[in-house]
Amino acid sequence: MSAEEIRVAINSDQDIVSARQKGRLMATELGFSTGDATLIATAISELARNIVSYARKGQITLKIVNGLNRQGVAVVATDDGPGIPDIRQALRDGFSTSGSLGLGLPGVRRLMDEFEITSQPGRGTTVTVKKWRP
Amino acid sequence: MEVPILKQGAFLIATFQAALSDADLNHLRMGLVQQVVKFRSRAVIVDVTAMDVMDSFASRTLREIAHMIRLRGAETVIVGIQPEVAFAMVQLGLTLEGVATALDLEEGLAYLNEKFKVTN
Repeated sequence: MSAEEIRVAINSDQDIVSARQKGRLMATELGFSTGDATLIATAISELARNIVSYARKGQITLKIVNGLNRQGVAVVATDDGPGIPDIRQALRDGFSTSGSLGLGLPGVRRLMDEFEITSQPGRGTTVTVKKWRP
Repeated sequence: MEVPILKQGAFLIATFQAALSDADLNHLRMGLVQQVVKFRSRAVIVDVTAMDVMDSFASRTLREIAHMIRLRGAETVIVGIQPEVAFAMVQLGLTLEGVATALDLEEGLAYLNEKFKVTN
């Protein structure tokens, strides 16, 4: 059973666990190695945690994406939270506004192959990351 | 999900499950420190073999557990970090500085037995 798209509502810390488990399953079914599936699951965990810490609720969407001659997994983390006023600052190692470690976004960028972020203060944040199967 | 804490002589052994939520980790942190006090334990082994993801929250909680236990005069050893988990932690920029680690439970016990010269 490999649905093309899985949506996980993120409302609590328990949903973080469920999102990363679903992501790992999707990656494994797509033929990713255990190592890569772990990187994907860890990235999902960090993105879902950002939603819970900064926006309280949001959504993680897991998608199978097709490139020219490759397949991959895309993770889209969306929330209607306060948004990020200075994205460049948020992408710097060590930056945090919620008293957490502040490694979230730059770390997630290192775990995945592609990273894209859009954010509007007061409107919310969307982070899209992709990992391609080697 | 409760994390079982076993008493093994002067040591405590906490075995993490795969799907620990933040609340579970916080609960474990309190439980471990309380049990160290109750049993006058010399050391705690935290076995994370079953953990398939170690994100920033989990590794921060482990560091905090180790620091709290050190303040009680006991030591913490983290055992069983899986190779792929170690790889992801390094990519993410997570460290467990100042916390002892060992390959597995056996190695962790050997390390502590040597250090404290106790026979459990």
